[in-house]
Amino acid sequence: MIRVLVLRAPGTNCDKETARAVREAGAAAEIIHVKKLIEDTIDLLDYDGLVIPGGFSYGDRVRAGAILSAKIKSKLWDKFKEFAEDTRPVLGICNGFQVLVELGLLPGLSYGDEPVAALVPNTLARFEARWVYLKHVNRNKCIFTRSLENRVLRMPVAHAEGRFMAAADIVKRIIENDQIVFVYVKPDGSLAMGEYPYNPNGSMMDIAAICNERGNVMGLMPHPERAIYSWQLPEKISDGYADGFPIFREMVDYIRENIK
Amino acid sequence: MKYRKLPFPFEIYEVNLLGANDKMLLEISEEMGLSLNLTEMKNIKEYFRRKGRNPTDIELQSFGALWSEHCRHKVFKGMIVDEDGNVLADNMLKNFIARATEEINPPWIISFLADNAGIVDFDRGYGVAAKVETHNHPSAIDPFGGAATGIGGVIRDILGVWGEPIACIDVLCFGPLDYPYEKLPKGVKHPRYLFRGVVAGIGYYGNNMGIPTVAGAIYFDEGYVGNIIVYAGCVGVVPKDKYVFRVKPGDKLIVIGNKTGRDGIHGATFASAELHEKSEETSRPAVQIPEPIEEEKLRRVILEIRDKSLGSGVSDLGGGGLAVGAVEMADRAGCGLEIQLDKLHLREPNIAPWEIWVSESQERMLIAAPAENVDKIMKIIESEELEASIIGEFTNDKLLRIYYSGAQIAEIEVNFLTHPPRFVGRAMWTPPKYAEPELPEPEDLAAELLKLLSSPNIASKECVIRTYDHEVQGNTCVKPLQGDHAGPNDAVVIKPLDDSWMGVVISVGLKPRYSLIDPYWMAGSSIEEAIRNNVAVGGRRIAILDNFTWGNPEKPDRLGALYRAVKACYDFAKAFETPFISGKDSLYNESPLGPILPTLLITGIGIIPDVRRAVTIDLKDPGDPIYLLGVTRKELGGSEYLRLKGYVGNSVPRVYPEESKKIFGFITEAIDRGYVAACHDISEGGLGVALAEMTLSSNRGMEIWLENALHEGISRNDYLLFSESNGRMLVEVKKQFEDEFVKLANMLGISFSRIGYVSRGSRLVIHGLNSEAIIDLENSELRRAWKGILRL
Repeated sequence: MIRVLVLRAPGTNCDKETARAVREAGAAAEIIHVKKLIEDTIDLLDYDGLVIPGGFSYGDRVRAGAILSAKIKSKLWDKFKEFAEDTRPVLGICNGFQVLVELGLLPGLSYGDEPVAALVPNTLARFEARWVYLKHVNRNKCIFTRSLENRVLRMPVAHAEGRFMAAADIVKRIIENDQIVFVYVKPDGSLAMGEYPYNPNGSMMDIAAICNERGNVMGLMPHPERAIYSWQLPEKISDGYADGFPIFREMVDYIRENIK
Repeated sequence: MKYRKLPFPFEIYEVNLLGANDKMLLEISEEMGLSLNLTEMKNIKEYFRRKGRNPTDIELQSFGALWSEHCRHKVFKGMIVDEDGNVLADNMLKNFIARATEEINPPWIISFLADNAGIVDFDRGYGVAAKVETHNHPSAIDPFGGAATGIGGVIRDILGVWGEPIACIDVLCFGPLDYPYEKLPKGVKHPRYLFRGVVAGIGYYGNNMGIPTVAGAIYFDEGYVGNIIVYAGCVGVVPKDKYVFRVKPGDKLIVIGNKTGRDGIHGATFASAELHEKSEETSRPAVQIPEPIEEEKLRRVILEIRDKSLGSGVSDLGGGGLAVGAVEMADRAGCGLEIQLDKLHLREPNIAPWEIWVSESQERMLIAAPAENVDKIMKIIESEELEASIIGEFTNDKLLRIYYSGAQIAEIEVNFLTHPPRFVGRAMWTPPKYAEPELPEPEDLAAELLKLLSSPNIASKECVIRTYDHEVQGNTCVKPLQGDHAGPNDAVVIKPLDDSWMGVVISVGLKPRYSLIDPYWMAGSSIEEAIRNNVAVGGRRIAILDNFTWGNPEKPDRLGALYRAVKACYDFAKAFETPFISGKDSLYNESPLGPILPTLLITGIGIIPDVRRAVTIDLKDPGDPIYLLGVTRKELGGSEYLRLKGYVGNSVPRVYPEESKKIFGFITEAIDRGYVAACHDISEGGLGVALAEMTLSSNRGMEIWLENALHEGISRNDYLLFSESNGRMLVEVKKQFEDEFVKLANMLGISFSRIGYVSRGSRLVIHGLNSEAIIDLENSELRRAWKGILRL
């Protein structure tokens, strides 16, 4: 059985639905408190995949994701680094994305261990929940989205700090390396070009999701775990899966093909 | 001398009650912040006279907390007499609210009006728990902290019945946001400041906890300038076999969560007093400090203790702190209680025992557990990085005994602590006479409609709702904001169980302005609206919650109005067969501007067997017919239309239960059979606004003929468009099912009319009684008027 660790810390609150999404995709999901990893009663390297779900880890004190990433950096960094370098999949959603950026795992290890990007407060300087349109723009590097081609997807965002920012040279490298995965678009699929509310937070280049250089670590601000079933969609309540599901399915397929 | 320090190495006083005359008794009540009246103080004095000793400060503080209106509902349980002294009601709670539920007696009620929250049956062995609280006074002093801790408290009420929270509700009432500063009395904060702070506090707590804030309302009226309302509600699911209370002598009492500090001292008594100029200074300590991450841990701990069946009882620590939480648990178990107060984990040293006892520090809960389970419980608590203290044990006698550092500092009968002397109040109600205005019919009804759409009570609340995470947990099916245009759905649907299609349907009804004319019809309309909103998305089998916010009940006119509203609660709950499962009242909402606008919030908790059948507000398909269910009457009293014209009016909307019930049964059947494409209830702003809301929620248009709408006593377009008659709904019927829809309506004998159809364009065109187009507006114009007003 494929085992995926869903990491939680005090204040993580999307762990349950994230684990549900992983299970729906066919893997076993275990919700594990970071304390257990630090105490070494659980070993991250026993797992095939890692998801850091959304929420407000440690109440978003200092900055969103800062304390959880500081804990990981100081107590668990070798394991996390090894896990990522081993090309096992790591997915960070919302607060999880913020943690991955704080850790420097995104945009990626070869940039060094220090963070080189940030998810800063939204342009409107407030928390906002809304459904957005995303376009998949990755050219086959990201292992979470291999089947998506140029699709436009619907998912909700819910955050106060999701505006992606990085220095020009970093952004240039991210683009050249095919590390942008999703951008915010208008309903017709055309670029949001920073226009609110299509780009809900003022992200540079309308960036909603990026991956690392090897494509096995992805972070995104929208919540795919809230768009697994079509009954979760704002319109057309019917049967079947919704747009967030392929991300989890691809993750599990990748593990099956490459790790197990 | 009134107070004597006792010779202990900590701070405790003996209070000379036995030597106090009436004047001194009242001084003691005032000086110690007890908010007890003379009758109550004399009662306590008599109790200690029989005991042959004076009470300690902590004993007296116990009465202050446990006998507060906030905790004991003395008015609702009291005696109400008319001007001649004839009894109008002996225990309104029992004989009106609870009686309705008892007489309806549905088999699907698991717990009503008894526990921390009401519980109804759901699916797969689960029940649904619901509770709504008020947090008005603290929010008027500190809007952010007051509102946040209101949400925190009501979430703990759900945990307090072993429930897992799945949704938060917030209903807020403020003064007009453009209220002139110079008119504000001293000590009263500006509505906009309060509005921003309250909204931020609610979002902060719910978002951090990861509970979707899905349902609610925001209402503005001059009657809320001096006193605002913050209703905070929570809904949860609870496995029926885990819903236990079997506390017995020998069980340990554990306080879990936050450290206890000096915040929230006298919160319960503060909530039972009027606000005044000095409230800011004197009552600041009564406002608690919110810490949602602690509560997030608390939730996990409580649910794990539940799942492992380690606890024998659970309760929230809210108003009155330990004094109330611990004593009520002992009372319910029929036990006594021995407390070792110095065992509790504290935030700061040197807190007097009485302060520890009544502190309302947040994010704390009580667990009772058999001694053999205590270690396992402490392990769970430790694994979530929370703190806990074992502070006592339930006993065989029925006494509360408190010890501190080995010394006994209190001993009182539990039964006496939970039975204050009965309130007796005089009630009087004279119907106010607002003239029914003689208005000329406006020439430009399109302009009137746009004005109504941008009136604050009707305008979009999107800017507020978006700051609440309404999707977390991933189970929100019908959302508060519908689709890209953020249309106002009538109710929300949550699908809480992975292995069931059944949904919980949450709605609210709130018609406070009608109480200016008659609180009876205000209450009736609020009940009917909560039900109708619920039914409009597909809800049925509805249970309701009542939350009264009223002025000082010791004043006969306030009490008279309250009595009328409570009577309506019985009449209409009974008529609609919607039992009350939970309720709460907040009285003494007075300020230098007078009493608050008497307000009753009704929350509806329904179910829908399959969430995929739920119906939303937005128009779907061009060519679909639009049906109006119900009859429009000349009922402009208290309407938003008259408010715009500067009037209250007299013709308050009535409730016709037989008529409404038939419509509810019909629409439920039509939804189940798949005939309904969209549905919307008609409320503030009447038919005109409801048509506009359905249109602006979609990219479609509508063509409507008013002459086809069933109406009584109306010969003017503006009255037909803007009357707020109850019992009406708009339905977009799937054209392929129109014949069946009509057949069913005829069979059930309901009042309905086909008033138009969904058009391919994006204009709302309304033809008046003489067939001429009286309104022709582009969808974008409607949207601009509706969305452009409210700003944070």
